[in-house]
Amino acid sequence: MYKQQRVKSGGFFARIMRARPTRPGETYGVPGQGDSLLISAITALILLGGWSLVTGMGWIKPLFMPSPLAVFHTFINTATDGFAGATLLEHAWVSFLRVFGAFSLACIIGIPLGLAMGMSRVARGVFDPPIEFYRPIPPLAYLPLMIIWFGIGNLSKVLLIYLSILAPLALGARAGVRSAAIEQIHAAYSLGATRWQVLRNVILPAAMPEILTSMRIGIGFGWTTLVAAEMVAATHGLGYMVLTASQFLQTDTVIMGIIVIAIIAYVFDMLMRWFERRLVPWKGKM
Amino acid sequence: MVAGQMEEPPVSTLQIDNANVLFPISANEAPIQALQDINLEIESGEFVVALGASGCGKSTLLNLMAGFLAPSSGQIRLNGQFVEGPGADRSVVFQNHALFPWLNVIDNVAFGLKLQGVEVGERLATAGEYLKLLGLEGFEKRPVYELSGGMQQRVGIARALTSDPEILLMDEPLGALDALSREKAQELILSIWKETGKMIFFITHSVEEALFMSSRLIVMSPRPGRITNTFKLNFSRQYFEGEDARMIKASPDFIAMREQVLAIIFGDELAKEGDHV
Repeated sequence: MYKQQRVKSGGFFARIMRARPTRPGETYGVPGQGDSLLISAITALILLGGWSLVTGMGWIKPLFMPSPLAVFHTFINTATDGFAGATLLEHAWVSFLRVFGAFSLACIIGIPLGLAMGMSRVARGVFDPPIEFYRPIPPLAYLPLMIIWFGIGNLSKVLLIYLSILAPLALGARAGVRSAAIEQIHAAYSLGATRWQVLRNVILPAAMPEILTSMRIGIGFGWTTLVAAEMVAATHGLGYMVLTASQFLQTDTVIMGIIVIAIIAYVFDMLMRWFERRLVPWKGKM
Repeated sequence: MVAGQMEEPPVSTLQIDNANVLFPISANEAPIQALQDINLEIESGEFVVALGASGCGKSTLLNLMAGFLAPSSGQIRLNGQFVEGPGADRSVVFQNHALFPWLNVIDNVAFGLKLQGVEVGERLATAGEYLKLLGLEGFEKRPVYELSGGMQQRVGIARALTSDPEILLMDEPLGALDALSREKAQELILSIWKETGKMIFFITHSVEEALFMSSRLIVMSPRPGRITNTFKLNFSRQYFEGEDARMIKASPDFIAMREQVLAIIFGDELAKEGDHV
């Protein structure tokens, strides 16, 4: 009795939880449907506005949080005059090469490895234990080992980033092998396909959506690991720039570096999404 | 015309001798007998339809012929050669069409020829002819996921035909179609059968479809899956002689036959319920 009254009274939670009426032009009940671009833009503006407000009013000292304008000035200064002996573009280029070098290497090795693990009992048996063993370990934990083994040059840095990308890529490709329906595989065999032709013409294309998704996840891991990789004996790079600036309490440079990394990663993700629409327009359609 | 030259076609046969299929469940339970003592011989020009209650082993039998499954005992031979795995001489049309969404319509149809290494111009020309045969002209470049269910199924049939198989294995190909598309597809498959003279093994749940299309109907019963009745039928010949499909299906002969077959299937279903009580 009491419960029924509460529902009728239409409290805030009751209104939120209630099923919504049908609207024209929408499929009823699709979770989270509708365009969120405007809301995202407003959110970004509010965050930026809040940042301007708390710094402009002097509520937070510039040492902890410089104003957006100060960060922008730092951006211009670093781009023209440089920081720690190199311009922003040089720092970004070095990091870009490290991350994308490692990413390319991880794609070349990780995708065939994952496919092999999905296709073959033997490959799965051999490679599953090492990958599952190292995958949950944070790269920072095995960074010292990489330095002992591979020195303080670029090799250990690229390898560290490479390892962080390899696992998600291999696991994604391995899971992707399961995407081909058994009927599709049977259809190919009953049209006279060899095992290799089935892999090349059915399993690989069917796995493409999962592989592309795991590439997007993998490159994210790559950028995350970049700062760790540039902690030791680096002279260039965005991670190095951020770490050095933090030691001198140059918070504006730290924030600027973080934003630059975020923008590069975001642009790449947009690129990957574009590729996804071009390469697998059939994703989720059949 | 495509593969239609019918002057003295070589006689092909698909022969199944004493085939048994057992599916193991666990170490301490008896295995399920999916098929028991299947003897079946299909010759070129025959349209064999398998009908039966669910669980009677129709699909298992088709998988056996396709080579997706090996018999626990017994043997399957195509023109004297033992069937040891799937091959292009036995094309399969699947219930859910199993097309490749990353290929457009004509590339799906030409897929088998691509596997054989046929050069691109030739394979597209051949695929185009089969598309024409199935009434899909003008849809060559369309993505398959934009087609209706009936058209997708026709693409699947065209794909199976291009590899010029000895036998066409069709696993409930029309199950997902609406009534109108289904009747049209039945007539289309019959005309393709007549034109190509291929052996067809066709599974269906629909008694009407089975009676109308088959030159030989095998009725199967479950637990263990086995062939219990065989009928030689010629309703499709009446159709080829120009009679209307709906008229054939409404004729007294057809209805009498339908009741006879339904009685067998309902008998199986009742026996199944009896087991569970």
